[in-house]
Amino acid sequence: MANRQPAKRRLDYDLIAELVPPRSRVLDLGCGDGELLAQLEQHKGCRGYGIEIQEPYVIKCIERGVAVYHGDMMEGMSFYGDQSFDLVILSQTLQQAADPVKVIREMLRVGKTAIISFPNFGYWRVRLQLLLSGRMPVNEMLPYAWHNTPNVHLCTVTDFRALCEQEGLRRAVEIFVVPPSRRISAALANWRAGLAIFQVETK
Amino acid sequence: MATDEQLKIDEGSRLGGAHTVGLVETQYWTFADPPLALDGGRTLSPVTQAYETYGQLNAVRDNAILIFHALSGDAHVAGYHTPEDRKPGWWDIMVGPGKPFDTAKYMVICCNVIGGCKGSTGPASVNPGTGQPYGLDFPIVTIGDMVQAQKRLIDHLGIKRLLAVAGGSMGGMMALDWSTRYPAAAASVLAIATTARNSAQGIAFNEVGRQAIMSDANWDGGSYYGKAVPQAGLAVARMIGHITYLSDEQMRAKFGRRLQDRAALGYDFQAEFEVESYLKYQGNAFVGRFDANTYLYITKAIDYFDLAAGKRSLLEAFEGAKTEYLVISFTSDWLYPTYQSKEIVRALHANGIATTFLEIPSTYGHDAFLLPSEDLSNAIAGFLANVHRRVQQNGRKEASHGQ
Repeated sequence: MANRQPAKRRLDYDLIAELVPPRSRVLDLGCGDGELLAQLEQHKGCRGYGIEIQEPYVIKCIERGVAVYHGDMMEGMSFYGDQSFDLVILSQTLQQAADPVKVIREMLRVGKTAIISFPNFGYWRVRLQLLLSGRMPVNEMLPYAWHNTPNVHLCTVTDFRALCEQEGLRRAVEIFVVPPSRRISAALANWRAGLAIFQVETK
Repeated sequence: MATDEQLKIDEGSRLGGAHTVGLVETQYWTFADPPLALDGGRTLSPVTQAYETYGQLNAVRDNAILIFHALSGDAHVAGYHTPEDRKPGWWDIMVGPGKPFDTAKYMVICCNVIGGCKGSTGPASVNPGTGQPYGLDFPIVTIGDMVQAQKRLIDHLGIKRLLAVAGGSMGGMMALDWSTRYPAAAASVLAIATTARNSAQGIAFNEVGRQAIMSDANWDGGSYYGKAVPQAGLAVARMIGHITYLSDEQMRAKFGRRLQDRAALGYDFQAEFEVESYLKYQGNAFVGRFDANTYLYITKAIDYFDLAAGKRSLLEAFEGAKTEYLVISFTSDWLYPTYQSKEIVRALHANGIATTFLEIPSTYGHDAFLLPSEDLSNAIAGFLANVHRRVQQNGRKEASHGQ
């Protein structure tokens, strides 16, 4: 997505790339300029596919040699058969989806496993900002004013874990990060983490 | 096809201008045996095909690209036939040194379709059985027949596997057909502003065009050669075609309700509005360069085109396809709208075939693929460069395995 910032995005990408086994078939939703997929193809021999809604990024993907579908991610995923991919990635876009639950279900229909990263709204600085200033939080993970944000479905680490319970999903991996790039333990993650990366699978 | 005005070339940009293939010559190749077995059950022989080539075939013969032309196109895709030519070939903005189909890197081939009137065997050609022009004795040819004929040419040129088959509109149909008919004979497909089957709306417009020609008294059952040609009918057919190549938005911007060469309504039936005058001009200009029977034959081929015919679905049509695909549509194209490109992409994805889909924002309607577009240029150039890189990598791997 256009709204992802390059520096944060690279951090997120490196951590996600570590989770991808060599030679996997990978689908990246909102793949941007195709950087992650190109990286996975080059270094891990993966076969990557992207879905991206913004046209200038689609052209960048083509120039990189990444196969990409220009359009909505739900529509794009609907074209694929069940379990077409080893892995489906959704990097910092879940909170922008119109129906996040449907997106996750669709990810786990077309893929065996899903990697989902999102800004944690339970992060202490977010809580403090709201508590002290009484205004909608704005920071490097959430860089938008309330009236022009694409983030319509923000959640916390605890919310996401509850959703996994509700959907019957196994959380295979949880990674927590303090901005800009420090990886931290899972202890009190809902307070301490600015960004969370989950790998989830159907139980 | 784009209009004269639309084809103005921006001399300074990489889309055109200095990067020209220069003077080129149309070549002809004829085969007779075995005759071409047509989808309709008849055969055609001898078959002459007019073609042009640009750029050099490399030593390993992995850099050849076959471009298919659209309804009114021909083999002359780029460059000039004489220094006096007013206009270059029909896709000169895309084909040439440093252009998206970069003739400094690739060898580009373009061939006039059979049934055509630009040098390849068609209804105006002499029927060897009678010594007279075929007229309606010319067999109905399909998109697949045109592709078969061009495959013979590519074999004749000694090319086993093309780097790409590419085309817009009807040319895109041919590229898709090639990839399912000869899965091993192309490394990639560029299908632009096209469809896997002509729609009811598309057939409807083509039929009105054909009726216009056939109801012209000069048409005479198709045997008008050497006599007055069905000018009026062909001009109307072209006018109808032109409407489908533009868009509401583009017509509003280009013509609005402006009057042509007059200040007030004349209260008569002259061509008064600019749009009327434009269509009339386009219709009349076409008559001088196109054969009415060819218009019948080619529109019929387009109408018959259905990649899923005889299959359970389009998905099955692409089973066994081995190529990479680039499918491009334009937002304002209502002749072959985006949803039709998405049908192709859906079928390819369901088969697990590496496919890129791009929808380019444009107000130019179907004609957009013939007009300068940085997005289109970058997409074509980028796609081809990556396909060629992969083909070369695989070639090296095969070579080292062979040793």
